[in-house]
Amino acid sequence: MSNQSIQERVIQIISNQLGRKMEDIKLESSFTGDLDADSLDLVELVMAFENEFSAEIGEDGIPEEDSEKLRTVQDVIHYVEKRMKDRSAKG
Amino acid sequence: MKRVVVTGIGLVTTLGSDIETFFSSLLAGKSGIRRITRFDPSDYPCQVGAELNDFNPEDWMESKKAIRNDRYTQFAIAAALQAVAHAKLDVKQMNPFRIGVVIGSGIGGMETIETQSRRLIELGPRKVSPFTIPSLIVNMASGIVAIELGAKGPNFAIVSACATASHSIGESLRILRTGDADVMIAGGSEAAITRLGYAGFCSMKAMSTGFNDKPEAASRPFDKKRDGFVMGEGAATLVLETLDHALARGAQPLCELLAYSASCDAYHITSPDPQGAGLAHCLQDVLNKANIAASAVGYINAHGTSTEYNDKFETLAIKTVFGSHAPRLKISSTKSMTGHLLGAAGAIEAAAVVKVLQTGRIPPTINQEEPDESCDLDYVPNHAQTQPVEYAISNNLGFGGQNACILMRRYTP
Repeated sequence: MSNQSIQERVIQIISNQLGRKMEDIKLESSFTGDLDADSLDLVELVMAFENEFSAEIGEDGIPEEDSEKLRTVQDVIHYVEKRMKDRSAKG
Repeated sequence: MKRVVVTGIGLVTTLGSDIETFFSSLLAGKSGIRRITRFDPSDYPCQVGAELNDFNPEDWMESKKAIRNDRYTQFAIAAALQAVAHAKLDVKQMNPFRIGVVIGSGIGGMETIETQSRRLIELGPRKVSPFTIPSLIVNMASGIVAIELGAKGPNFAIVSACATASHSIGESLRILRTGDADVMIAGGSEAAITRLGYAGFCSMKAMSTGFNDKPEAASRPFDKKRDGFVMGEGAATLVLETLDHALARGAQPLCELLAYSASCDAYHITSPDPQGAGLAHCLQDVLNKANIAASAVGYINAHGTSTEYNDKFETLAIKTVFGSHAPRLKISSTKSMTGHLLGAAGAIEAAAVVKVLQTGRIPPTINQEEPDESCDLDYVPNHAQTQPVEYAISNNLGFGGQNACILMRRYTP
């Protein structure tokens, strides 16, 4: 799976969950600062990422200590990529 | 005692989502009841209802807000924003602590309960949405409407099943009379056309089952062939205001809210008192409070659910209180057309009563084919009638034995 498609999928999810246009969501956009997400939105966003990327990161999902560090769009993309790499290294 | 008036009406119903369209549909005797499409009803004894299929929450709120709220709250927002616009009320020009909101619901976020319960069972507790609780709680409609409007006055929800909205309007009247607010946005909202909602009401044998092939004929209050209620969904809210406040800001009162009474049958969880004593008490009580004779009342918008017991005992209660005047009363059940909106019923029916008082046009009870000897009053069968009305009453009764009546008067300065 290419980086481009992970990025697109992440942005699509954020757009759906936060009701933002795709073009308004930048890589450096922060969820709480730029995209107006509150604490409940963040929980649901993480669930949506877990659901979307269950094949890439596994069914165990995103542990809380990891999800707390996901502050920007870029953070999420990097995180998914890293988890994929870790899994293929183990595999 | 402070005079309280209605200055705005907002609603979303299958018969129209503005008061004029809604009332013309009622006068035309239109039914909003169709075969259920929100889920496959094939396995259900009742397969008909009044569904708001063309409701688009994004007409009323940003998509993010729409996603975060249950359907019942979406309806409430749409109804409240319309009511405020109809009343030409500029909340920003008011002291926000003087405007309150009481919008109840019989059930609340039924769809959320179902969806999230399924997620819990199928996917586990970590997959339950963080919006589950805020979406399903019954007080959230009042809370969200306050956020939308910036209304910081008294705010809560009243829950009394099918009497919810009548209690909400009545308790709002009290709040205005005590001086705790100048304006109250009051009403009810319901979105219980879901698999669980239908399964539950069907199991109680409360819903119509004999008219699945003829949905428009299913809600037939007072008719001999009635066989249960038909559910509807939607919301209505009224802007209630002290007369002084309304006049001071140049608002046009639509009618006056005179009296309210609440009681309980203390008899059975779902069956009404066979003597109709609880309702009779409320009817007598509103007359006493307004200090008017029974003969002054021209119209009653009945609870009229189309169930065997309600229609019979409601008729009995009306006869008990109105005596020789009972046969002269115009009585209609608009539920014959709208279906039964449970916690929103009292508000859409109060809206209809406002229009009756304003226009002297009385909506019919449709599907009157065969009279029932125990329901022998004038239910305005099948066709609207014209008769000026000065005083009118709206009845609503809830499971739990909870009764509420509100008495309204045509506005006279």
